[in-house]
Amino acid sequence: MARESYGRLVAYLSVHTHDLASAEDALSEALVAALTTWPRDGVPQNPEAWLLTAARRSFIDVIRHHQVVLASEPTLQFLKEGSTEAAVPTTFQDERLKLLFVCAHPAIDPAMHTPLMLQAVLGLDAARIAQAFLIAPKTMGQRLFRAKAKIRSGGIPFEIPQEHDLPERLAAVLEAIYAAFGLGWDDMVGADQRGRDLAEEAIWLARVLLQLMPNEAEVQGLLSLMLHCEARRLARRGPDGRYVPLSAQDPKQWSLPLIEEAERHLAEAFKRGRSGRFQLEAAIQSVHAERARTGFTDWAAIALFYEKLIRISPALGVRVGYAAAVAEANGPEAGLSVLDAIVHEAVSNYQPYWAVRAHLLQSLGKTPEASDAYDRAIGLAEDPAVRQFLLQKRG
Amino acid sequence: MQFALLIYHSPEEFAMRNNEYDDPHLGAWRAYYKALVEAGVYVAGDPLEVPETGTTVRLREGKRRVQDGPYADTKEQLAGFIILELPSVDAALEWAVRCPGASLGAVEVRPLAPEAKRRGFTGESKQ
Repeated sequence: MARESYGRLVAYLSVHTHDLASAEDALSEALVAALTTWPRDGVPQNPEAWLLTAARRSFIDVIRHHQVVLASEPTLQFLKEGSTEAAVPTTFQDERLKLLFVCAHPAIDPAMHTPLMLQAVLGLDAARIAQAFLIAPKTMGQRLFRAKAKIRSGGIPFEIPQEHDLPERLAAVLEAIYAAFGLGWDDMVGADQRGRDLAEEAIWLARVLLQLMPNEAEVQGLLSLMLHCEARRLARRGPDGRYVPLSAQDPKQWSLPLIEEAERHLAEAFKRGRSGRFQLEAAIQSVHAERARTGFTDWAAIALFYEKLIRISPALGVRVGYAAAVAEANGPEAGLSVLDAIVHEAVSNYQPYWAVRAHLLQSLGKTPEASDAYDRAIGLAEDPAVRQFLLQKRG
Repeated sequence: MQFALLIYHSPEEFAMRNNEYDDPHLGAWRAYYKALVEAGVYVAGDPLEVPETGTTVRLREGKRRVQDGPYADTKEQLAGFIILELPSVDAALEWAVRCPGASLGAVEVRPLAPEAKRRGFTGESKQ
């Protein structure tokens, strides 16, 4: 079944029952039923409505089977109403937006926002999600189970947040989508099909979100950012599988259609006049993309966008990116003093910090210090191609 | 909490071992150890000699049985171990995937038995 339908059905069922876990179970039962019925009787005229009816029936079975008061009266009413063929609706409301807000609700551990979304809206199984998150599959299954129990019993509302809560709540949703993209991006730099899929899923989620919230600048900013990065996927590896850093990439290998789409979203987002983290990050990528046209990179512009970004989101990665941009614009000495000013306990395990530091020290001819920093960057690298690249640079 | 990273090598990876100091393969391992030490999580660890140098003994029905080579006849063999002090298995997995051994062979993450259980085995007196 198309992921489009999966998410819509889970959303519709869970919004009306406030029970995500049972909604998923009921839908998988319905899918199993479809596998036996459809080849025999033919695909029904409205497959989604058929699945919805079957899922409602199996939901009722689950409630009966457990013999416990799992469901409230309105829930039972909702399930019964739609469980007969006669009552099959031809269309039903797209409730995925509410489901996205539930998955990224502040009462749920932020570490579980992305896994919940990948499972509830896209239908990915726990084992697959566990791979991306580098967690044992059994553990991921347990964490998802607990999060869904909390959704059911914790009174988390299935609704679109009020105006005054919206920016913060939307930020959590965007964050979770971007985290999925990051997993697909960092893991095995394009070599691994699993990782590539996850980046594509994240882009798809952002497209769904944009369709549901067409007036939010940051949604478009996020989509633009991811499309810009995606446009460069192929260029990140040489023909021999070697790692190619952004500055050494051949712009001819970038995808122009994706860049154009990214630019269009960014321009529309800017027009709304509400700046934000993702628009700024997309703007930085947009400057990089300019190299395809102009042949050079305007590092001063990139440094400027980073300065704005630091004001709203002073994350470690942003500050390291700023240091690298300052170094390109004003020389390695200037970049190094930006790095030196970062006081952050996470620095000791943050690979990009050491990679940038090593590069700058090397440019300044400080060989022993550079070797030391290279070692740290190599030791913290996960991707063997990146490790190889740094080993060669260290010399 | 202490975790053991048990490092398993494929025959290819054992074959890559040599003692040239500037060997990139060794360089990656040295860098990894350095990162562990600098992060303050390293407790102990060492590489093992190649599997063919191993000898396995058993005592069955009063008889000694000695066998050339490692205990298990599998493609990937134990090649070394690292003990780390970390707050959670999540953190241990993060270090395991950075291990140079993870890209060619495998790295198993296993918690050490808790302190009380360990005393039962080692007989160290309770304080």
